[in-house]
Amino acid sequence: MATDKSNLQLVVNGILNENPIFRLVLSMCPAVGISTTVMNGFMLGVAVLFVQVFSSCTIAVFKNKIHPRIRIPTYTLTIATWVTVIDLVLAAYLPEAYAKMGIFIKLIVAFAIITMRLEMFACKESVNASFWDGIGMGLGFMVGMMAIGFIRELLGLGTILGYDILGFKPLLFFVLPFAGFFCVGLMMAFFNWIEIVYKRSKQRA
Amino acid sequence: MSNIKIIHRLLLSLVLVCVLPVLAQAQELIAGQSFGDDNEITVTFARPVDKAAVEEVGNYAVYEEPDPDIRLAVQSVSLADDGLTASVRFAEPLNTTQPHVVIINNIEPAGAAKFKVSKSYFGYLLSILISALLINNFVFTKYLGLCVFFGTSKRKDTAKGMGFTFTLVMVVSAIMSWFFYQYVLKPFDLNFLQIVIFIGLVSLTVQAVDTVLRKVNPALFNSFGVYLVLVIANCVIIAVPLILADNEYNFLETFMLSLGAGGGFLLALYLMSSVRERMEFANVPKTFKGVPIAFIVAGQFALAFLGFSGLSLF
Repeated sequence: MATDKSNLQLVVNGILNENPIFRLVLSMCPAVGISTTVMNGFMLGVAVLFVQVFSSCTIAVFKNKIHPRIRIPTYTLTIATWVTVIDLVLAAYLPEAYAKMGIFIKLIVAFAIITMRLEMFACKESVNASFWDGIGMGLGFMVGMMAIGFIRELLGLGTILGYDILGFKPLLFFVLPFAGFFCVGLMMAFFNWIEIVYKRSKQRA
Repeated sequence: MSNIKIIHRLLLSLVLVCVLPVLAQAQELIAGQSFGDDNEITVTFARPVDKAAVEEVGNYAVYEEPDPDIRLAVQSVSLADDGLTASVRFAEPLNTTQPHVVIINNIEPAGAAKFKVSKSYFGYLLSILISALLINNFVFTKYLGLCVFFGTSKRKDTAKGMGFTFTLVMVVSAIMSWFFYQYVLKPFDLNFLQIVIFIGLVSLTVQAVDTVLRKVNPALFNSFGVYLVLVIANCVIIAVPLILADNEYNFLETFMLSLGAGGGFLLALYLMSSVRERMEFANVPKTFKGVPIAFIVAGQFALAFLGFSGLSLF
């Protein structure tokens, strides 16, 4: 079964229609835990993008050789291998950023989004389509993380990427760890509101 | 063969750790010792001692057992009126999780008195459990396992089922991970394989529990079987082995940490499901219905759990 979507559609689908954080509500732990700055979101996004693309491709290549009954353990071990790779690479070349991420890089192995994409997409589709789907999902995750990081950094510290934008700190509350819950909840409510308003305007038209 | 030796040594050291406070008390001059305030050690002598010698700060050498080179600064020593109880005060608060070694020189004709002050080991174990359960609750203060947390906290029954299944798998897989880490990964210098090994062990445990439960107790399997798959997608299950490898926990500490992590998850799920069941009858704004309001509630729980920080019972 091949997908009838073009590569671009697959990527856009991952960023908008099936955004892992706001649409599928998966991988919430990092979205709440370490989304305090844009940079954190970007770094973890890069790691997830890497793992998602490479695991998707690996599974797509070997999809006919994997026995259906042991497919979940196979997916898990594939992901674990790629997570180990990115974990060691980041620890070697970007030790500062790695220290900020803490345990979350290693925890990518348990992110539901990656396993779900392998199960739903990569085990049925061609390598090419899986690659672009992986890119879309990874980018979607990165965009989501950076959006949360943007709001929390701007409102909490008055900075973006470390540069002082506002000159004052509007609501320190937002950089406190537990504010992640409130921030994600409010953002989801905001997107719901946009959707409702959009539908209403369509009905009127 | 060598493994058996290691296990013997381990058991021996465990017994030693439990018996040490008793051994220390058996010494002649020192009748008892304990941590007092944040920066105080209280010593009880078996017979009256020379007040001048006891109150001389220069006679004391105190250090944490793992770092004998770092001497802690003694500020003052005062002997109580009965001549038996001395209170040793330090410039800075002590890290009471570590055993402290105290040496008092020139206090009796024989020379120095050396003894060890430590908290009760069972108290320490309990504090690990309580810490994982409340103070560092994995869901509300470490923000792990949220996908499964939001997915299965809609009904109390689901929450209980998921919580118990998770606790069971958590304890079994953490203990297996501990054995693997101590006897395979560490001796052979394979630490870079941590992630692969730990997640592999979790999958194995889940598969084993699945198979055993299916044969042994089909009724239980019907009610709890569905949650088994979800366990793998929970970050906590892989975070605990990583934490215990980082902290070099021993067997009992591992058991307590995994029990606390599982119990904490169960607690969080149960609290959340109780609220969400009632929320169904509440008049929630349309834009907040479903997941957004659940996040806000979780945020409030996280705020409430912040109140546990600094709690220390032992």
